[in-house]
Amino acid sequence: MSAPLLEVRDLTLGFTGRRGQPPLRILRDVNFSIARGERVGLVGESGCGKSVTGLALMRLLPATAQIGGTVTLDGADMARASAAQVRRMRGKKIAMIFQEPMSALDPVFPVGEQLGEALRLHETLPRAEEKARVVQALADVGIPAPERRYGEYPHQLSGGMRQRVMIAMALINKPDLIIADEPTTALDVTIQAQIMDLLRDLSERTGTALLFITHDLGVVAETCQRMITMYAGEIVEDAPVDDALRAPKHPYTSGLLRSLPHFNRERGQFAYIPGRVPAPNAMPRGCRFAARCPHAASACAEPQVLREIEPGRRVRCIRAEALDLDGAVERSPA
Amino acid sequence: MLNPLQRRMLTRRLLQTVPVLILATFSVFMLLKLLPGDVAITLAGENASAERIAEIRQNYGLDKPLLIQYATWAWNALQGDLSSSLLSGEEVTTTLARVFPNTLFIVCYAILISIVLGVPLGILAAARAGGLADRMVMLLSSIGVALPNFWIAMIFVVAFALNRTWFPATGFVSPFEDPLRAIWYATLPAVALAASGVAEVSRQLRSSLVEILQSQHFRTLHAKGLPFRSILWKHGLRNVSVNLLTVISLLVNRTLAATVVVEVVFAIPGMGNTIVNATLQRDFPVVQGAVLAMVLTVITVNLVTDMLYSVLDPRISQQ
Repeated sequence: MSAPLLEVRDLTLGFTGRRGQPPLRILRDVNFSIARGERVGLVGESGCGKSVTGLALMRLLPATAQIGGTVTLDGADMARASAAQVRRMRGKKIAMIFQEPMSALDPVFPVGEQLGEALRLHETLPRAEEKARVVQALADVGIPAPERRYGEYPHQLSGGMRQRVMIAMALINKPDLIIADEPTTALDVTIQAQIMDLLRDLSERTGTALLFITHDLGVVAETCQRMITMYAGEIVEDAPVDDALRAPKHPYTSGLLRSLPHFNRERGQFAYIPGRVPAPNAMPRGCRFAARCPHAASACAEPQVLREIEPGRRVRCIRAEALDLDGAVERSPA
Repeated sequence: MLNPLQRRMLTRRLLQTVPVLILATFSVFMLLKLLPGDVAITLAGENASAERIAEIRQNYGLDKPLLIQYATWAWNALQGDLSSSLLSGEEVTTTLARVFPNTLFIVCYAILISIVLGVPLGILAAARAGGLADRMVMLLSSIGVALPNFWIAMIFVVAFALNRTWFPATGFVSPFEDPLRAIWYATLPAVALAASGVAEVSRQLRSSLVEILQSQHFRTLHAKGLPFRSILWKHGLRNVSVNLLTVISLLVNRTLAATVVVEVVFAIPGMGNTIVNATLQRDFPVVQGAVLAMVLTVITVNLVTDMLYSVLDPRISQQ
């Protein structure tokens, strides 16, 4: 098998605290890889470190962030590259789509210029050809009348259209990997499905790998090939999406799946995980999920390692083999 | 060029200027009348008889009720007749045509300095927010804001005109006669006027830039791979241009007012000197004319500013 497109090894992330305060450790022992063209979902509750992982891969964190480990993207280490090298990688090798399309575009430049600018960074083109490429990029993401949209400002577009513009901008330099951080959370439900379909289609058509950061497990089920679950700054499970959904091996993944509302469950019954994610400065020594886990045992007080339990399946739970955990309930026979 | 919305705004704004003009000229007129002293006594000369003074008052209409005096002036002004100086007899419009360009020259020069120095300093401070350069710029700008213009003017005269004779201490050369000498003469007064301007522009620009650099769409620009240079100069400057325009517009108005003092220090034959002398002599047609011209200028500046807002920020013309 060829080398993966992205290989994250022992990624740690801390923020330097105020004077006299210890640094806040946000991520620990983050190890995963993404193959070319692969679509991976990164799931977990708010505050578990998924967004910050995406930003770390892009090196978009503030100066107070301290990154450890390696982030090898197509042979180059993003974690250690110079600012100029990182800049050349951004857009060309790795691009990002953000949650809020309302505020992610510059309000005082026409969208065509914002796309053209991205294109210009990596390619020198005659003006007319640049415009043609931008119009084509807008058309590719399903924006009607792209010539007219070219000269319009973000405030003249709907939320869904703006997210399409963001996608077009991320794709315009044909990057190898796109990180999509909750790309549909801020959109209407009907638009959400359109955008997800679009992203999956584009990924299949162009061979661009996708890292979906989301708390929407339905999105992962329909779009991704693999699912990585994060909890409290650690990866707790990494599995092919069907396995992860049907037979999760980590109690946290199982808890997330069981928390999904279901039509065939009794009315008024919401399953949920009790408690909340521990604060970064109050992490337990052992399993970070133990306090909320219905299956916790004495062995869980020891630090847990992410271990491979079968090829392509890793889990951070010492009891993984002993447990028979619930997955998502089948909605309808396929 | 103008869309219907902009045309409607322009009309509304022009109508709004009418009460402003009336209020400004009327209050100046009343203040002038409240001051002790009488131009008729000045005109009559020393040891004039009471009859002579009364006669002069009658000739100039100074014996009529104040409201009638104001109304007469306003009616004539409306027809473009600002009447004449009570003392020199020169038409006020002629006086204004002579002195106003001088003031505008100094003001434009000062504003130019404020922008040319203030904008790069503000950008530098914002780019190195929290660093040494930032703290230096902010310190200098605190000093610039705090020191009064006339004091800076006098220090400059002592330092650069008397101790080192780099610039002339006083006087003025019209830019229409000899542009180079005009710039040379106007430099000290313009710099004195610009000290607070540079401070104000750099300070305001820094704070709005620092804020915008934290915003979500600037993270997108970094994610695109845009160099910090373009992020700052292209997107940063463009995003804060509305704030910058507001600062500059306020600055123009304030600098216009500040010329009153600075022109006296440097003996510049401009609006400031004219207003000061005419006020001291109770030469009310001159004061009224000068104030009218100043108010009209301020109104024009504000109007142009408002029109420019919608050019700089595409969202504004939509509202």
